[in-house]
Amino acid sequence: MPAQTIAVAMSGGVDSSTVAAMLRAEGHNVVGLTMQLWNQRRLAGHEGMPEQVQGRCCSIDDVYDARRVAEDLGIPYYVVNHEERFERDVVRPFIDEYLSGRTPIPCSLCNNHLKFDQLLITARQIGADMLATGHYARCEFDATRHRWLLRRAADPAKDQTYFLFGLTQEQLSRTLFPLGHMNKPQVRELAREHHLALAEKPDSQEICFVPGGDYKRFIDAYLNEQGEQLPDTSGELVTTDGKVLGHHEGVHNFTVGQRKGLGVATGSPLYVININGAEGKVTVGGNDDLLSRTLIARDLNWIAIDGLHDSGAAANTPMRVHAKIRHRHEPARAVLENAPNGEVRVTFEEPQRAITPGQAVVFYQDDLVVGGGWIAETG
Amino acid sequence: MRRVYLDNNATTPVLPEVFEAMRPFYLEQFGNASSIHHYGQHARAAVEKARASVAALVNARPAEIVFTSGGTEADNLGIFGLVQRGDHVITSAIEHSAVMNSCKRLEQMGCEVTFIPVGASGEIYAGNVEAALRANTRLISIMMANNETGVIQPVDEIGKIAQEADVFFHTDAVQAAGKVPIDVQKIACDALSISGHKIHAPQGTGALYIKKGTLIQPQIYGGSHERQRRAGTENVPGIVGLGKAAEISKHWLESGGPAEMAAMRDRLQDAVLATMEDVGVNGLGAPRVPNTTNLWFDHIEGEALVIALDLKGLAVSSGAACSSGAIEPSHVLLAMGLPHQRARASIRISLGKQTTQDDIDFAIKVIPETVARLREISPVYQKVAADSRR
Repeated sequence: MPAQTIAVAMSGGVDSSTVAAMLRAEGHNVVGLTMQLWNQRRLAGHEGMPEQVQGRCCSIDDVYDARRVAEDLGIPYYVVNHEERFERDVVRPFIDEYLSGRTPIPCSLCNNHLKFDQLLITARQIGADMLATGHYARCEFDATRHRWLLRRAADPAKDQTYFLFGLTQEQLSRTLFPLGHMNKPQVRELAREHHLALAEKPDSQEICFVPGGDYKRFIDAYLNEQGEQLPDTSGELVTTDGKVLGHHEGVHNFTVGQRKGLGVATGSPLYVININGAEGKVTVGGNDDLLSRTLIARDLNWIAIDGLHDSGAAANTPMRVHAKIRHRHEPARAVLENAPNGEVRVTFEEPQRAITPGQAVVFYQDDLVVGGGWIAETG
Repeated sequence: MRRVYLDNNATTPVLPEVFEAMRPFYLEQFGNASSIHHYGQHARAAVEKARASVAALVNARPAEIVFTSGGTEADNLGIFGLVQRGDHVITSAIEHSAVMNSCKRLEQMGCEVTFIPVGASGEIYAGNVEAALRANTRLISIMMANNETGVIQPVDEIGKIAQEADVFFHTDAVQAAGKVPIDVQKIACDALSISGHKIHAPQGTGALYIKKGTLIQPQIYGGSHERQRRAGTENVPGIVGLGKAAEISKHWLESGGPAEMAAMRDRLQDAVLATMEDVGVNGLGAPRVPNTTNLWFDHIEGEALVIALDLKGLAVSSGAACSSGAIEPSHVLLAMGLPHQRARASIRISLGKQTTQDDIDFAIKVIPETVARLREISPVYQKVAADSRR
């Protein structure tokens, strides 16, 4: 690859730091960028939030780590403020989804609206041709299809394509995933070779802007800060055959497949089967009731194809894929068909457990990401 | 790569003469100014000489100058040192965070604070200050020149109002010192803050003028330094540097420096306005210090422009940097009534005594081409351009 100006999205972690080091060693003009997305101190002291909030997102320590790496590599480094966009496109939808009885997945929203949109624009504005990230995924141009393809990472345990299904062709054409061919031990080894001080820094896991993963407390604190009331979404807790077991305090306290904290005691284990946000109704049942074979996906984004076509030369339905319904889910055989209103019906060969509205569903053919969408309802 | 520094309101390089004046006080003449021996006496003499130089810059008596660790400490002393619980304080909506956050702290401590708004030009209307006076008003703290727009505030009028109402008047003159003449007698202020590193002295130096006879409560306790107004061993080399920079500034002010600098600033500003569309100057109608201009470029992010310019070798600034280095929209521009987008699309360019005509030429070349590239990639601008073609 000839020398280019490449912006690297740096988080202060091992992966993105290694990407910066690799590209620098290859002779590119590298510019490090970190997004300031959320101010952890904002909600301190609101509604049960402690005065000292220790969240991971945009922590000053991570920024200093990234700055040090940039200094060691001799590359310019900047922090760019995208707090307003993050609040509008990630935090608000995150809260609204919970309050509507769905279980959101903010990392995908952040990728779609911040990392590969706003940050890519910033990167291009400051003169970079490409944006590189530390994601574990592979991206390549396919000349026969005339499309940019997204493929699963070589290391299946680290694959992050589930969070990247929303990338457009334009975004993919300007994106580099230099770690897609590597596994984590190889990345750490490379970090050591480049003498990165943070080669041994542990991986991060939780939703970055929710301290301690306590999203209920986060929602309370956020609404309190905004001067808003928590909407009343309380209602009945019912069994699959309609028997009322009790009352609950709000649908955002539940997620499909949840077993603990239902507030009812019965002989056999009970799970949340369905959450009806509009009626405030939470349905519970046994483990078998969690199984379902179909789902409806909305807001689709196609990567390997330009869409599902029922007829004509490009007809490709019903399409056989492997569909993945949550981050830790082994993609399962399924068939895709067009449904009304531009939505897609996904029918699994074997029933799947706890298909959860609000989560993403991503379609694969072997290691290729065909596309994906958001789970609207289970069939 | 050629680098040009036009962010002198953030900090300035120490001038070579200043650095040379300081050097001996790190090496051979390293005494503690409180010691009785030869070393101490020499350090004391140097500190007092510097005090006289700083006093001369603002037309004060040397005894009225208290050395501090910088502008922020001077502001803290000038505010917390003059106010007690239950007092009412008047300040403005465009103060530097050193004053703004001190006043917010006063509110938490049981004081009442009135934040005076500004007009579209960035000027505070003195009549609003007068109207805000109450029976328990103890202090007015209004800056002399704004750090982001360079707009000079009517401190003479405000001083008169304070005097007539018999309340203290503190002014943060950090961005005015060394750029425009300052006369504490004419302003009739009781306290005035300056910072060393904005006038080519080192970072970590500053001073507060406190009018003779004003009882001020120290904010740092310890030894009897600085006439018991600010404890702690004097930063002798830093103070010597501040004194030297004050001398140089005074000479510069009296020998046509401001007019020359304003001409350079205006050349840059006019060139940008003449060659580009959808640009303007924040605070243009108001009197400004000669080194500052604050420009808006619609349809771009000031933050991206600052980064893009830095990558081309031009250092300017935008808004207020938070601890991570990310940029918040300027509270000053928002207070002037700029729409949010325009506040975010603004950059500050500030000249220093080291700035040359070549530096200005460089800025005139890179700013328009960089803004053009940003607009080319701005989704908002592309939409606006398409609509106007229609």
